[in-house]
Amino acid sequence: MSLLIGTFTIGCILSLLALGVFISFRIFAFPDITADGSITLGASVAATLLVHGVSPPLASLAAFGAGMLAGTCTGTLHTRFKINSLLSGILVMTALYSINLHVMGRSNVPLLSVNTLATQAERIGLRLTRGVTSFNLAGWDVSVRDASVLCAIALAVALTGTLLYLFLRTNLGMAMRATGDNVQMIRALGVNDATMIVFGLAISNGFVALSGALLAQYQGFADVGMGIGMVVWGLASVIIGEALVGTTQVGLTLVGAVMGSVLFRLMVAVALRWGLSPNDLKLITAVFVFFALIVPQFLRKSRLRSAHA
Amino acid sequence: MLEVHSIAKTFNSGTPNEVRSLRGVSLTLEPGSWVIIIGTNGSGKSTFLNAVAGTFFVDQGSIHLAGRDVTRWPEYARAELIGRVFQNPFSGTSPSLTIRENLSLAARRGCRRGLGWGLKSSLLSKMREEVSRLNMGLEDRLENAIGSLSGGQRQALTLLMATWLRPELLLLDEHTAALDPKSADLLIALTEQVVSHDKLTTLMVTHSMHQAASLGDRLIMMHRGQIIHDFQGAEKRRLRPDDLLARFEEVRRAEQLDESAALMLAEKYI
Repeated sequence: MSLLIGTFTIGCILSLLALGVFISFRIFAFPDITADGSITLGASVAATLLVHGVSPPLASLAAFGAGMLAGTCTGTLHTRFKINSLLSGILVMTALYSINLHVMGRSNVPLLSVNTLATQAERIGLRLTRGVTSFNLAGWDVSVRDASVLCAIALAVALTGTLLYLFLRTNLGMAMRATGDNVQMIRALGVNDATMIVFGLAISNGFVALSGALLAQYQGFADVGMGIGMVVWGLASVIIGEALVGTTQVGLTLVGAVMGSVLFRLMVAVALRWGLSPNDLKLITAVFVFFALIVPQFLRKSRLRSAHA
Repeated sequence: MLEVHSIAKTFNSGTPNEVRSLRGVSLTLEPGSWVIIIGTNGSGKSTFLNAVAGTFFVDQGSIHLAGRDVTRWPEYARAELIGRVFQNPFSGTSPSLTIRENLSLAARRGCRRGLGWGLKSSLLSKMREEVSRLNMGLEDRLENAIGSLSGGQRQALTLLMATWLRPELLLLDEHTAALDPKSADLLIALTEQVVSHDKLTTLMVTHSMHQAASLGDRLIMMHRGQIIHDFQGAEKRRLRPDDLLARFEEVRRAEQLDESAALMLAEKYI
């Protein structure tokens, strides 16, 4: 049971990553590799601040800000200096590796015996249950600590997701969505598309970095290598989410991305349980995304063929 | 209203693909005038429209619009003064957004876009009314994504969006060329209605001699990046499609003459 709750918790945390990838990849059609670096940036900024005794909510917020800065760099490289979108992301991601080492001062910062959002949630949970450390849920023993962390994270995701949804429906958010959809049109309506892209990538990477900050606080350390392959992970979540909700309505696609992230994490946990070597995880993820990307094309082609026949 | 002073534009300059698209074009538009631009392929008529819209900066000359020098204004800044409808029906609308969201975006053309709520219920009744005037039954489908509509419907909505806030200048770039004849006729009727109702200053590029003869109060013919004819007033009113075709034939003959003369000179002297 503890394993299941852990799976859900990590799925929820990484759904913020999925929301970030959703913004760059789906709204702007911008394959933003920066996320690999900014998730680590969020983790290292938050971890370093926590070690220095900054309050957990403030440290997480700072991580969000650091991510926005990274996204701004990528966006500026692309719009101002006309560097190819993939390359802009790669440049910033590479630079972030060194920056992350500088932020942490070494390659790994443990958060043992440090006050984090996770420990805060556990304390609140224990206070609410008046010291009971576990309860029975449908025949399973559930630890109050695990459950309260999951609740806190789910609440945080619901809150940030709602904020993102509301933002996407403002004048600014709508202009951003239209920028990714049709640049020519949005320019003709008086919107500076370059500003929209920079700002959109900033928000996207802010979400990714926040996800990293929460991940570090949950697992109890920040590591310089923790971001490798995370873009693909986020992409897999977004794709699964789209398959789940099957619509282009903004609100539902956001919910889909969150659900996709949790489901994907669950699938991975099951696969690992069945004996999949953790070393093969990234390979399997990449292959999965490959199939998820080509299957729609394949279906369309076969449908066309049957229509002709 | 619009004052274009001897603008020139060369693409790919200094390479073998150099194209001198505009060679000193000047044009002054009175407020409320509707000017039709025709020309052969590659004559620079669409390039001229894009130069006014700010798709690129001109190499020489100046562009003044509504008393302001917009020569160095980027495209998005000029949009405050200009409404545009493109040739491609997919260019003017955002497919994954709903009709209502697209119209809401257009209702803030050139305005600052902040964190205010994007969909205003106060605009809804006006949207229904304006969309129902298109006679396409779209007023009940405001929450549908625009991507699900036909080219004719999208182009009509684009026209509505371009003129939602009264533009100082309306640019129509062969906006019926990609439509079937029936949709094109509908859109032209709608264009006449909108332009005359709001007395819009309009520049319209067209391929259709019929449209060129029957619409507008002034007609400009372009060839090789220059204005070669300018019909105004009674002269424009008398023009028939056949007259325009005759002018095109003239241009074609002159061109052949140029080429054969050049050939003759080359044979004689080189």
